[in-house]
Amino acid sequence: MTLSIRNLATVALFAALLLLPLYVQATGDRFLLTLFTRIVILALAAVSLNLILGFGGMMSFGHAAYLGIGGYAVGMLAHEGIVSGLIQWPVALAASALFALVIGALSLRTRGVYFIMITLAFAQMAYYVIAGIARYGGDDGLTIYKRSQFGALNLSNKVVFYYVCLALLMATVYLVWRLVNSRFGMVIRGARSNETRMRAIGFPTYRYKLVCFVIAGTLGGLAGALLANHNEFISPATMYWTRSGDLIVMVVLGGMGSAAGPVFGAVALLVLEEVLSGITEYWQIILGPLLLLIVLFARGGIDGLLAAARWPQRKKAPA
Amino acid sequence: MSALLQVDKLAKRFGGIVATDDLVFEVAEGELHAIIGPNGAGKTTLIAQLSGQLPADSGSIRFAGADVTRLPAWRRSHLGLARSFQITSLFLDLTVLDNVALAVQAHAGHSFHFWRDARAEAGLRRNARAALDEVGLSNRADARASLLSHGEHRLLELAMALAGKPRLLLLDEPMAGLGPDESARMVEMLGRLKRRYTILLVEHDMEAVFALADRITVLVYGRVIASGAPDVIRADAQVREAYLGEDEHV
Amino acid sequence: MTLFIEQCLNGLQFGLLLFLLAAGLTLVFGIMDLVNLAHGSLYMIGAYFAATFAAWTGSFVLGAILAFFATLLVGMAVEVIAMRRLYGRDHLDHVLGTFGLILFFDEAVRLIWGPDGMSLPLPSWLNTAATIAPGFSYSAYKLAIIAVTLAVAGGLYLLVMRTRIGMLIRAGASNREMVGALGVNIKLLYTLVFGLGAALAGLAGLMQAPILTVQIGMGENILILAFVITVIGGIGSIRGSFIAALFVGFVDTLGRSFFPDILRAVLSPAAAATLAPALSSMLIYLLMAIVLIVKPEGLFSAGGR
Repeated sequence: MTLSIRNLATVALFAALLLLPLYVQATGDRFLLTLFTRIVILALAAVSLNLILGFGGMMSFGHAAYLGIGGYAVGMLAHEGIVSGLIQWPVALAASALFALVIGALSLRTRGVYFIMITLAFAQMAYYVIAGIARYGGDDGLTIYKRSQFGALNLSNKVVFYYVCLALLMATVYLVWRLVNSRFGMVIRGARSNETRMRAIGFPTYRYKLVCFVIAGTLGGLAGALLANHNEFISPATMYWTRSGDLIVMVVLGGMGSAAGPVFGAVALLVLEEVLSGITEYWQIILGPLLLLIVLFARGGIDGLLAAARWPQRKKAPA
Repeated sequence: MSALLQVDKLAKRFGGIVATDDLVFEVAEGELHAIIGPNGAGKTTLIAQLSGQLPADSGSIRFAGADVTRLPAWRRSHLGLARSFQITSLFLDLTVLDNVALAVQAHAGHSFHFWRDARAEAGLRRNARAALDEVGLSNRADARASLLSHGEHRLLELAMALAGKPRLLLLDEPMAGLGPDESARMVEMLGRLKRRYTILLVEHDMEAVFALADRITVLVYGRVIASGAPDVIRADAQVREAYLGEDEHV
Repeated sequence: MTLFIEQCLNGLQFGLLLFLLAAGLTLVFGIMDLVNLAHGSLYMIGAYFAATFAAWTGSFVLGAILAFFATLLVGMAVEVIAMRRLYGRDHLDHVLGTFGLILFFDEAVRLIWGPDGMSLPLPSWLNTAATIAPGFSYSAYKLAIIAVTLAVAGGLYLLVMRTRIGMLIRAGASNREMVGALGVNIKLLYTLVFGLGAALAGLAGLMQAPILTVQIGMGENILILAFVITVIGGIGSIRGSFIAALFVGFVDTLGRSFFPDILRAVLSPAAAATLAPALSSMLIYLLMAIVLIVKPEGLFSAGGR
């Protein structure tokens, strides 16, 4: 890896995230740990969304559905007395994969605006369906009394849980990075760039896009399982369509051009929310137009700004 | 020589407009067969139907003995049919080498490989560079495709069609927008490709067509009005009236 | 039987209301190629304006009329300030930009009107049951909604099919550059079209206000249905939106009324009780899925988009 500003910033970000618990221990600011656990989990979801949105060009507006599906898999099983993470988490992943497979198979037959609307509609359908099941709390949500059990690994310990989430985030970023540079990734990127040409040169693009969609959904489900454990609570609100919008904002704000970009976006957005809500109760009035400005003037996101940044040059001595 | 491509009563309408009108013609193996005709004759529509981007309304297309009429474009590519586009259609955000490597990758097994770096696959890169050498773009291999000149884009179009080692090349106006020097070089290159590939060439540049073609088919309003050797076509009265013009010196 | 007829009328009324909302969405997308997520916000603003103006003037009808024009003005202002900068950009930019507008509007409404929502009471002459057949009466207000929306739909049809502006709208839907090249003031046309869409959304919002709700976030809830209708009917096609909206209105209303009974007939009471709400809400999405399988571009799609 070259020592570009962008790579350095990425390393610095992960170093800071790794060292955070030490800082928390030193300052006693427990809230910071809670905040950043949430940031890390949503960053994972955003990284998975970037796989289809940024690299694949598939504008899915239903990614929050996987947060809900993964979370409810954990919640429903816990409610029924099954608290082993070794059962809960695979179920969360499998359910998300299945949902992605069915939704993807239908939605990928369309493109452009239709695709946006359809993914949104199907995700909202999942919201209404789950909100309609009274046994698991309906609209009010479901409390999770015991975090996923993994034997010796105690997820109730907030620091342990934070590192588990961070490890999974870093693994996901690495996975996405390898994915987009592999043969599979080149097909996905080519399909985003020029799908007609991809088919003309011999790629059956539909099946590749579908597999990509399923991978992204599965990872989203993992984030959902983590989120449910973090909040010890899951409600349909997690999958309301505006939450999908939040994820898209993180991806675009962070930058769609790199695997780690969305992590910057998640950190930036959620920290900004914290800061702004400290200033005024009506902080979304600032965030709203800010989003519009970002779209108009800083489309490449943070990653784009970092990629364009250059080390300051030493002036050359006259010959 | 046997017919590599056989088109029988191919028809396509767009609302009230007949783009392809019960078209019948063949391309023999090894020949360079040119299609000419005035604008609106349906040449690009024909290419799109042959390569599979556009479904025909009726009629049949046989390639290497197999009926490909209902096959999707990507399957026809695997049978050996390659196409270049009249309006440049590339992966502009990738490098020149990446563009051609993708075309090679499509014909090098499946792509459900999720881990290994595609750019590190020696086989893909080697074949891609060979295609670039063929068209003379090797020196631009690492440049981003969006930064190339129009002439270089047309060459890249050709390289991508060649990369899959096709049996039949469908070239849709490869010289579109090229100046005289670049056109001359393209003609020379097509001449070199001539015996090694079967080529169906759609072109407006008459000098190029008469220099390269073994046979010429003339299309007007989606119908074949004449087909045969260049001299025959040049002398055909109907063709002169419809397209070449009485006093055009060809 | 009367229940069935009543629910059919409810379905018709709901469908027509949805049509007003979807028409604006599909119009703006068809002409300006703009995905507007904030369309629901205009629906919400129409309701809030109506509640406020009705309270000020003491008249429901006057409040409604003022709200209609106020929403029209807000729509045109939004177009000039924000929307026109998004034309020609990637759809993702539209999605993000208009999503930002949703946040802004929700918060602005909360700032101005407070978080509690409002109510819009009906005047006594509307808040009554009208006898439309011997032994059968139906809410006079809902009948009024049906009448007004049909009239607006008719007016819209005349506008698009019979007037010069309508011709420009249809032309713009199929070939934007050409209309500009004809020397028509495209900017003004777009502002008017967007304003019209906003006014229609506001009208839908204010009309449902007395029977449903006036609260923050109401726009987001109903926007999904507008999207489903647009997908089913085909983007850019008002005719498609009309038919799809009625379809969705009937399926949703009748489905929620009678599907639980159907379930009870085939399943155990406990299972039916658990599944009924969830499955009923799924019906329109299933409908959308079926349409997509059969015809991915929608039933009546306009241009090649």
